[in-house]
Amino acid sequence: MATTVTERPNASSRALDRRGILIWGGGALGIIGMYMAILYAPEEATMSHAQRIFYVHVPAAWIGFLAFAVVFASSVGFLWTRRRVFDLAAHASTEIGVVFTTLAIMSGSVWGRAAWGTWWTWDPRLTTTFMLWFIYVVALMVRAYGGPGGQNARFAAVLGILGFLDIPLIHLSVVWWRSMHPLPVVVRTGGFGSGLPPEMLYALLVNVAAFTLLFAALFSIRRAQMAAQDVLAAREADDRRGTIRRAQPGIGEGSR
Amino acid sequence: MSPLAVVRHLLWKDLVLELRTREILTAMTVFAMIVAVVFSFAFSPSPQESLRLLPGMLWVTLAFASTLGLSRSFVLERDQQCLEALRLYPFDPGLIFAGKLFSNLLALLAVEVLLLPAMAVIAGVPLLPRLGPLAAVLVLGSVGLVAVGTIFSAMSVSTRIREVLLPVLLFPLAAPVLISGVRSTLGILAGRPWADVLPGVRLLVAFDVIFVVVGYLVFEYVVEE
Amino acid sequence: MQALALQNVTKSFGPIRALGGVTLSVGRGETLAVFGPNGAGKTTLLKIAATLMRPSSGRVLLFGGDPGQTPALRRLIGLVSHHSYLYPGLTARENLLFTARLYGLPDAPARAAAMLDAVGLARRGDDLVRTFSRGMTQRLSIARALVHDPQILLLDEPYTGLDRTSASAFTELLRAMRGERTVVLTTHSIEQGVALSDRVVILVEGTVAYEAGNGSHNAATVERVYAECVGIPA
Repeated sequence: MATTVTERPNASSRALDRRGILIWGGGALGIIGMYMAILYAPEEATMSHAQRIFYVHVPAAWIGFLAFAVVFASSVGFLWTRRRVFDLAAHASTEIGVVFTTLAIMSGSVWGRAAWGTWWTWDPRLTTTFMLWFIYVVALMVRAYGGPGGQNARFAAVLGILGFLDIPLIHLSVVWWRSMHPLPVVVRTGGFGSGLPPEMLYALLVNVAAFTLLFAALFSIRRAQMAAQDVLAAREADDRRGTIRRAQPGIGEGSR
Repeated sequence: MSPLAVVRHLLWKDLVLELRTREILTAMTVFAMIVAVVFSFAFSPSPQESLRLLPGMLWVTLAFASTLGLSRSFVLERDQQCLEALRLYPFDPGLIFAGKLFSNLLALLAVEVLLLPAMAVIAGVPLLPRLGPLAAVLVLGSVGLVAVGTIFSAMSVSTRIREVLLPVLLFPLAAPVLISGVRSTLGILAGRPWADVLPGVRLLVAFDVIFVVVGYLVFEYVVEE
Repeated sequence: MQALALQNVTKSFGPIRALGGVTLSVGRGETLAVFGPNGAGKTTLLKIAATLMRPSSGRVLLFGGDPGQTPALRRLIGLVSHHSYLYPGLTARENLLFTARLYGLPDAPARAAAMLDAVGLARRGDDLVRTFSRGMTQRLSIARALVHDPQILLLDEPYTGLDRTSASAFTELLRAMRGERTVVLTTHSIEQGVALSDRVVILVEGTVAYEAGNGSHNAATVERVYAECVGIPA
């Protein structure tokens, strides 16, 4: 922990510049993205303006999955090297992932209401995202209740790895399940890639880029906060130890 | 010493402990029966419906019952920190996972042997003609359920919220097993051609292989301090 | 070659530091007593030496080898901890048999019977451990740790729960092993620890505050130094 204390001031001042760029860049790009989504992109024929949810929904879902991939990579890194940075990365990414997955599910639900007349349908992509959200939330639970002394970090890392490997299986099983029971309403795919008018595609890409920058910014801020919390906790522990030592030097039963 | 011998000795210990008291088996079986009966109360299915509902009832019952056995299986090791003692031996900690996997699997399979005829009677669905494929799907599903469950049981037992955490961890991760298990069972009972059931069976096999292997590899990180 | 060597071992639990750079070595056949107040890191030290806990930094060597790379080295260790490591639902004999088999001992039943004899539990061998008193459980726990005849014995407050007779019997056992086996023991009784050991270490707040050995110490000196180290006015 001593190394963290001494290295930190250096690292954080450098990171602040990079973080500033990410925040301002992401914010600016986000405003442009919203402009493009609302004013620049043409109105969609069947869904009218409701289709514009698409420009929030797709980037949010993308960040949700990206965050989970980051959790997986950091978890492997943590179990491999035991370095706290990887654990902080996994934790931060889990939190951000929950927020964006929630956003993706909610915006998807609104979309579903407008497009298919129902708030929820067991569409494979929706269902998989929903299960992803569950696994994320459980990972946060494990971090909260997982136990002392880095045990929660280890458990969360194991869950991060198992969950990531599980996602393709969940998706495949849901696809197979739904194929035996076709949806009551025909799912209109948004028309990815070639099916999309160029203006819509540009608006989408700008928004995806903006969300990605914001993810990077949040990721960086949250990690720095957690590292600072660590330093604080270590200093508090040192202080408390000092006081206890001076105040009541006792010999008792049992030991650490 | 060979890994197989280690697993055999670990299994021997679990079996002796269980057969002396039969705590886990009794609790799991009674609980499974109760759940099955409650399902019948809740849905009171007609003969046609019960064919459609039985697979779901069967798998949800098994999933619930399995959490009872799984959560007990590491409480046993935790009482006197025996898990710590197991890590002192010169063998790979993955073998502890293998031993627990087998003992948990045996418990679940034993419950299935008792539950299946009971459910057939309760639901009035003849299972005997399709017993072969049904047993295959049940075994495959049980392996997957127990593989993930053993890892999470080892985890949850050393947390403050033990019994609460296990199902919350297990059910989202075991979703592919439950979905594929239910759908395959449905396909088999409805007498669908094998090709219709195959994707589910393939998924179960993939799940089993992935999580038995990964469980063996990550178990070390679950039990260390 | 040292039987057990800890090189600059640290251990942190999250932000809390339990051990801060402990370097210790124990020679073959040497007995080391570790003293220290609550929370000094004695148990953490033993767990790391037993390879149960991974140090945050630093190395542990058993007879010059790294147990992380050669798991077979773990066979050299016998550990008596705060917990009995026994299954209450198995008989005393079954517990020892289980341990002996997992260590791959050639004649497990004979070894189990011999160990039951050694700790005076031969007559209760086929009773469930659940029915044992605290002292009997502790004796069996010691037998469990000795089943595979380990070269290095790590004892975390082994006298806990032993009555006078069992305690002196255990002291005899340790005396008999002295010189052949490497022993590290923690205890709160400085007098007892000093009498049994070749060398003593006082651990305070995760670091070695005092180390003395080879007859240059007696109980009174160690008591005085201990008081100084932990800050009790002498």
